[in-house]
Amino acid sequence: MTTASLADRATTVAARATDLSKIYGQGETQVVALDRVSVDFRQAEFTAIMGPSGSGKSTLMHCVAGLDTFSSGSVRIGETELGSLKDKQLTKLRRDKIGFIFQAFNLLPTLTALENITLPMDIAGRKPDKQWLDSVIGMVGLADRLGHRPAQLSGGQQQRVAVARALASRPEIIFGDEPTGNLDSRSGAEVLGFLRNSVRELGQTVVMVTHDPVAAAYADRVVFLADGRIVDEMHRPTAETVLDRMKAFDAKGRTS
Amino acid sequence: MFRTALRNVLAHKARLLMTVLAVMLGVAFVSGTLVFADTLSNAFRNQSAKSYDDVAVAITSYADPDDAKKEPGLSRKTLDAIAAVDGVDAAYGRVDGFAGVADPDGKLIGVGWSNKGSNFAPGKDGKDPAYTFTDGSGPVKDDQIALDKESAAKGEYRVGDRVRVATNGPVKEYTLSGVFTTEDGAVNAGGSLVLFDTAVAQKQYLEPGYFQSVTVTAAPGASDAKILDAVKPLLPDTAEAKTGQALADEQAEQIEQGLGSLKQVLLGFAGIALFVGVFLISNTFTMLVAQRTKEIALMRAVGASRRQITRSVLAEAALVGLVASAIGFVLGIGLAVGLRSGMAAFEMKIPGGPLILSATPVIAALGVGVLITMLAAWLPGRRAAKIPPVAAMNSVHAVATTKSLVLRNSIGAAITALGAAGIVLGASSGGDDGRMYIAAGAFLALIGVIILIPLLSRPVIALVRPLLVGPFGVSGKLAGQNAVRNPRRTGATASALAIGLTLVTGLSVLGVTVGTAIDKMTTDNIKADYMVSMANGLGLDPSALTALEKAKGVSAVSPQQSVYFETGDEDFVSASAVTPGDIEKVLNVDVVSGDIGSLAEGRIAVAEKTARSKGWKPGDTVPVTFDDEKKGTLEVGAVYKDSEFLSPVLVDTKVVNPHETRPSIQQIFVKVDGGQSPANEKALIDALGDNPAITVMDRQDIRDEFGGVINTLLNIMYGLLAMALIIAVLGVVNTLAMSVFERQQEIGMLRAIGLDRRRVKRMVRLEAVVISVFGATVGIGLGSFLGWAVGETFADKIPGYALVLPWDRIGIFLVLAGLVGVLAALWPARNAARLNMLNAIKAE
Repeated sequence: MTTASLADRATTVAARATDLSKIYGQGETQVVALDRVSVDFRQAEFTAIMGPSGSGKSTLMHCVAGLDTFSSGSVRIGETELGSLKDKQLTKLRRDKIGFIFQAFNLLPTLTALENITLPMDIAGRKPDKQWLDSVIGMVGLADRLGHRPAQLSGGQQQRVAVARALASRPEIIFGDEPTGNLDSRSGAEVLGFLRNSVRELGQTVVMVTHDPVAAAYADRVVFLADGRIVDEMHRPTAETVLDRMKAFDAKGRTS
Repeated sequence: MFRTALRNVLAHKARLLMTVLAVMLGVAFVSGTLVFADTLSNAFRNQSAKSYDDVAVAITSYADPDDAKKEPGLSRKTLDAIAAVDGVDAAYGRVDGFAGVADPDGKLIGVGWSNKGSNFAPGKDGKDPAYTFTDGSGPVKDDQIALDKESAAKGEYRVGDRVRVATNGPVKEYTLSGVFTTEDGAVNAGGSLVLFDTAVAQKQYLEPGYFQSVTVTAAPGASDAKILDAVKPLLPDTAEAKTGQALADEQAEQIEQGLGSLKQVLLGFAGIALFVGVFLISNTFTMLVAQRTKEIALMRAVGASRRQITRSVLAEAALVGLVASAIGFVLGIGLAVGLRSGMAAFEMKIPGGPLILSATPVIAALGVGVLITMLAAWLPGRRAAKIPPVAAMNSVHAVATTKSLVLRNSIGAAITALGAAGIVLGASSGGDDGRMYIAAGAFLALIGVIILIPLLSRPVIALVRPLLVGPFGVSGKLAGQNAVRNPRRTGATASALAIGLTLVTGLSVLGVTVGTAIDKMTTDNIKADYMVSMANGLGLDPSALTALEKAKGVSAVSPQQSVYFETGDEDFVSASAVTPGDIEKVLNVDVVSGDIGSLAEGRIAVAEKTARSKGWKPGDTVPVTFDDEKKGTLEVGAVYKDSEFLSPVLVDTKVVNPHETRPSIQQIFVKVDGGQSPANEKALIDALGDNPAITVMDRQDIRDEFGGVINTLLNIMYGLLAMALIIAVLGVVNTLAMSVFERQQEIGMLRAIGLDRRRVKRMVRLEAVVISVFGATVGIGLGSFLGWAVGETFADKIPGYALVLPWDRIGIFLVLAGLVGVLAALWPARNAARLNMLNAIKAE
């Protein structure tokens, strides 16, 4: 892929939330998880969502990814408006357009690594693109582990299978929910490296929720959430700058 | 610890519900059976006490009416002598036999074996104490009869109507003089009772002036025992006298025995329900323990001993068992009431009476329920005790290991092999001994297979996996794999179905095989178009034979009249008197040597086996003693192959009839021009005088007659299948609910990456179907094997025996098993589809 086309794609938006609100409960017990959040996730960009616990970062990701419903506002994936979709259509959208990497329970223990990777295509009843599949598997370095079941793989290898699964169906956007939360730092670095490479080399769009400044440093952009609102944004982050920013939240949290 | 147990029960209400249901069903059956039996026997006791209430002494004659040397019964003189005894109020002479009443369409009212006729014996006051007239009065003229109320209502007869009644002779028309109610047992069991004038009944059933029995009523204050003593010397040596009380007790005892077998059958059902239930209960507790691993480990860590853990699980089981038994008991009472009204619906009339609730059913229900539950929970309880305290710190879920299956499989294989060996040994040795081996082998094989089921599940289910993936795609693939993820659980779940289907398939194979053999035998041996016999199973009157011989369009007709010859010393041979020339046209007579036509010349034909054992061959002369003690000789004319439908000896009716006082014609076979047709059947019925007591059966009817018993038996056994199915449904629901619970995260992930609700449901449903059909397959396999083995033990007794596998029925069983799966998956599948994805993924 040429730099020019990458630049072109970067200008288009893969997913967009506009005035997105999510409110739990009613009256006295009402909790505002997301408060009129507007954010764009551009194509071929690696975005990290950060914030203290309870800031709404996971909720934001779940709503944008079509995993959760929202109270008001709108969410678009590509050209599709999520608010109007029924469960069936949402399921289909997730299947065809979105890839997921969760913190844990990413894989079905009864399926082999390869079967896990092709599971979304199996569900859709599509044949995987052999060449693409091979290159994805090659990239995550699992070629000799394809016949193994998850129980026979290390935690890092399991997450690599999850990354391969997310990439294999060439989704428009991949969402990660603390994808390195359960990994040691070396395995975590590997997984994050694959995600960054998929953005740089393959033009994939990735949005990742994390609380780890080191993980966030792999992203092109960091969006900071606090109390259900976007409070800051940072481009080309480093672990240090992110950590400093987070410390500011903590200080604010303590003083207020 | 008890408080913990109670808390646990309350915390897992939904899961324990299945256990409660399983225990409840079994207990309901046990207590229902006991309550039903108690109630029934009480009602019958009351009834028999009531029917002998007025009877001080009853005298029964055992004289043989055909014995010309002795009096055929109790004479009028004896009756008068009895009536004159001190303390006797009145003596009533009775004579009875068969009497069939036709309804206005000419059909028999009631079932053949309980259509009774008797005499109306009025006392000095013109009343017979045995009968209470609700309308009209007793018959006193030759052409009058009275009918019991039920039968009169069925035939819509009123006093003054003309009623056609058949005894063993031809049909006659009488005028209905009255309608009565009675405590007579036969009538209470759904039969009919016709009362004739005493002279008519005597002529019909015995000889004028004689009675078969006498009932004596006592004057106020007289002692029954004294009357008995006074009566005894007056009787001929062929009669016996007993007090009414003794007879009532005797009858009650007989009823008790009769009910005993019914009780055993019902308790058998209960036993199966409970046996199957054990697996379900054990499964539930295993799951509960697994789910609570951390909790238990924590309790161990803070100081609970192993024994305390086991006891806590057992206490929980006892509590569940107690609640389930209590509910089961209440259900059982309902069942008892239902059974009683159910029997009434089948024309089995049961005397009314209060519901009897003794202590036995209560103790049995609670005892059985609690013990079974605790027994089933014992292993899981021990397993719980083995959880190490360190498991509390472990974040990983305890995974079922396959390690301990090695021991289990070895034991299972050994027991199965032993059982199979016993079955094969039994099948090859045959007879009653063989069946004993088979029974023992079957029990072992069943236990062995149940132990082995977890091992079997993997290869068997792997075999059907392609069938799942093809039409159902990802759902099918995942379902197939999920089904074998926990072989123990799958095994225990499938066992419930396997047990039920083993029994039912075994019996079906046996029933269908025997039925087919009998069917073949019937078709092969009967050439006649119709078989004529008496509805009550007794002999036909010779007039029926004459009528059929004269009937238009009849081309061949031969009776099978049973005759006993004595050949040589005390050596009796059962023979059939037949019509020469016609017998070979209506039945298949396979002549080996000689000429069957020689029957017409007064010779006899002998079956091969008999001929061999007696050393007879055509041309031999055999000395015989006839029924009337006259001696003579008969020449053997032919030898034929043994057949179920032919007696060992055939002889011309003309040869034996001069020696018979009362020929006993069992059946008459008829061949008509133009074969079977409604018109021909009607012509025969008309020729027989439209007699309601005579049945005319075509070939299909004959086949049904012989095969009918087997079908009835099979239908009862299918009730058993239903029982096993209900419990199996509970078991599958249980397993699936647990599986869905355990796999929340997986299901959540699948939903996230695009598996829609429909296919999540389908996945769960298919898993249930796979487990159910797997259990059914194991049961069908084992059952067929057993059916074959038992069949082998009496194959030599049934000519033309050949194993028939009832594929249609087996197919239905499999479909039913599949439906069990679908049904059982309804709720768990819905739960799985409704799982909140986010919670499912996030859950620890």
